[in-house]
Amino acid sequence: MTAPSLSRAAPADWRAPSIFGGPGRRLALLALLVAYLVWSLSTLNVDTARVLAGLPRAWTILERMVPPDFTRWQILLTGMLESIQIAIAATIVGAVLAVPLGIAAAANLAPRPLYLVARGLMVVGRTFHEVIIAIFFVKLFGFGPVAGLLTLAFSSAIFLGKMLAEDIENMKPGPVEAVRATGAGFFQTFYCAVVPQVLVKTLGVLIYRLDSNLRHSTVIGIVGAGGIGQTLSASFSRYDFDFASAILLTIAALVAFGEWFSDWARRRLR
Amino acid sequence: MAGSLSTGAAPAAPLLAVEGLSKVYPTGKKALGGIDVMIDRPQLVAVIGSSGAGKSTFIRCINRLVEPTAGRILLNGEDIVALDRKGLRAARRRVGMIFQEYNLVERLSVMQNVLSGRLGYVGLMATLRWRFPPEDIAAAFALLDRVGLDGYHDQRADALSGGQRQRVGIARALMQRPDLLLLDEPTASLDPKTSRQIMRLVRELVAERQTPAIINIHDVALARSYADRIIGLRDGLLVFDATAGELTDEALTRIYGEEDWAPPPSEEDEDEPAAQPGKARAGLS
Amino acid sequence: MTAHQPTPPSVTPAPRAYPDHWERYSPRERMLQWLWTGGIALAAAWSVSALDIEWAFFADAHEQAADLIGRMWPPRWSYLPVIVQPLIETLHIATLGTLIAIVLALPVAFLAARNTTWNHGTWLVGRAILVFSRSINTVIWGLLFVAIFGPGPVAGICAVAARSVGFIAKLVAEAIEEVDAGQIEAVEATGARTLQVQAVAILPQILPVLIGTSIYRWDINVRESSVLGFVGAGGIGLLLYASINQFAWSQALVILMAILVIVIISEALSAYVRSRIV
Repeated sequence: MTAPSLSRAAPADWRAPSIFGGPGRRLALLALLVAYLVWSLSTLNVDTARVLAGLPRAWTILERMVPPDFTRWQILLTGMLESIQIAIAATIVGAVLAVPLGIAAAANLAPRPLYLVARGLMVVGRTFHEVIIAIFFVKLFGFGPVAGLLTLAFSSAIFLGKMLAEDIENMKPGPVEAVRATGAGFFQTFYCAVVPQVLVKTLGVLIYRLDSNLRHSTVIGIVGAGGIGQTLSASFSRYDFDFASAILLTIAALVAFGEWFSDWARRRLR
Repeated sequence: MAGSLSTGAAPAAPLLAVEGLSKVYPTGKKALGGIDVMIDRPQLVAVIGSSGAGKSTFIRCINRLVEPTAGRILLNGEDIVALDRKGLRAARRRVGMIFQEYNLVERLSVMQNVLSGRLGYVGLMATLRWRFPPEDIAAAFALLDRVGLDGYHDQRADALSGGQRQRVGIARALMQRPDLLLLDEPTASLDPKTSRQIMRLVRELVAERQTPAIINIHDVALARSYADRIIGLRDGLLVFDATAGELTDEALTRIYGEEDWAPPPSEEDEDEPAAQPGKARAGLS
Repeated sequence: MTAHQPTPPSVTPAPRAYPDHWERYSPRERMLQWLWTGGIALAAAWSVSALDIEWAFFADAHEQAADLIGRMWPPRWSYLPVIVQPLIETLHIATLGTLIAIVLALPVAFLAARNTTWNHGTWLVGRAILVFSRSINTVIWGLLFVAIFGPGPVAGICAVAARSVGFIAKLVAEAIEEVDAGQIEAVEATGARTLQVQAVAILPQILPVLIGTSIYRWDINVRESSVLGFVGAGGIGLLLYASINQFAWSQALVILMAILVIVIISEALSAYVRSRIV
């Protein structure tokens, strides 16, 4: 590189640039990865014999899962309907709760202390998995769909409230100022200047949330909060694998349908 | 329509008196340092000054979109600064405001935007259902016709051009049947031709409705052409207040600082037609 | 200043009667709105009524909640050393599961992207894997793998991987479909084989998406692995479940706080790394 006489000769060595930086950094990353794998695999207390036994076992389970047993379709249907009902009711209750929460968490509408409280609630609420929240509601309200409904309503309110707050914070301030300047009150200003700006996006988020509530409603039954999860959990513990596979297929179909419906409905919103 | 009844021939109190208005922002920035302005007849008052001179703060203090730090603002003898929330809302109804970015609610129709000028007079239930008294609706149609948007009432605001949006903004402000119009850079986002159309419309409306208007404006030529009176602000202080005809180069220097205000000789031919009719107009009024 | 130009008479022609009635919505729109409202109300009524809600439970809910909080406070900090190892295990489950998912997701993504799959049949296979992987919740995957491998972190890792494959592969497949077709054409024009095209023309373009998505999924997985223990698939969830079932509430509070901390840290870390990459 230094001697000018060399400048004519084309370099014979070239390496493709990498997004991980130079070859040294790539090597370091690789070493880090290997070191991590060694460390993590050595610290995990893995029952090797049991895991190895699992491989042939997987085959037996798979064999017993096929064909799925749909003969007990009534239990299946009841569980699925309960899941759907939990999802719908939780979405509606969550949406109602999300409106005040979203307003409280919007920095441009809410007073500072209220804003901080609402944001804090959101951070904590979003952190915990639905199943953890469900177990608390189960302790408070007993086993059954009520706990599931409250769980999903709670996490929906947090999620929808957060999205609403962000929409409100990102809306144009001009129209709000203009409507306020006509002498309109708080609720009128909210209805005439804020709602039109955030409505369509909020509806989209709501439909999305209905879809994800449908997903979650299939799992909270594992801790006794109602829905198909309870049935599924029971069928696994009874080694009732052909019924379990029927439930799994139904859940997959329902969730896939829910996702398709949510995409379709959100596309139709202008 | 209703606007003409608002003031008699010889008003007892001045329509608007601003006394010692000052504003210091929480950041410590001193935006206004004691402004006194009196408007005693329906006229078009242009406020000029460089960016940051306090024009926008001044106009927003008048309907307390910005809370003044000190001073009094008397609208028809009533001090706006002293009002509580409810009184302030009532006072805001009597002051129409028009914005640079139009500030229409874009997803609402033209009619809804115009009717939102009456929000101060209807209850919450009527708002929720967009039910307004028939005379308001007739007035809205009449205003849309007056500002040249007849037949546009069901268009959505975001389907309109800039000039059309500003016309809707004007109609919304006039729906309030205001005693005073505030215009914050209403032409800054418009092309020169549309700007002149809007200014002409505002001027006509001031005369028709006998409503004074205060307009923030960057374009000195436009101010000279259409305003009756010009106020100059510099660093939050009032440095000029006289008729448009009295706005000399020396006054411009006082407002904006040292600058050669004479049109450059090479560009004289281009400048002449634009400046000349403006001067003629200013002389007329 | 002397006088305003008087309004010329021409401006005000014969007074025109303006309509004093205006409706925001046409009757048809209004009917549709009512139908929607009615439909939603019906759905709500059906859902709530069929759930057999015991309203009496709500009456003393606040007392129960207050009681619960009273039992939780103060947290039993002496329990903290016990949960360190399970917390690390939770992070391992999330990380190893995500790593396996990345390796599996890449071929699935190429299979499920219209422009790189071989034929309609392979595309359908790819899509089916996506749908199935994504439709089953991590915890339910956990149930399945616990049945196979027995309780422990291996089942958890497999569950996380099984759920994440679909998630990562779906977003990567979308990125592949949006790859600039011109670049692929140019490499194809040099006579490269399919795999070479994928490596040279497509991989560099989707690599940022792959990495970004994986890191994002990793922080979701940290949250998911905190509950995998509920079904016996390893991690901190096992202790939480046990503590709650033994009514050791002050112990449960310590675990909850620990989960809060690691989830928030991993979320912040993930957001930071992603902002550096993009």
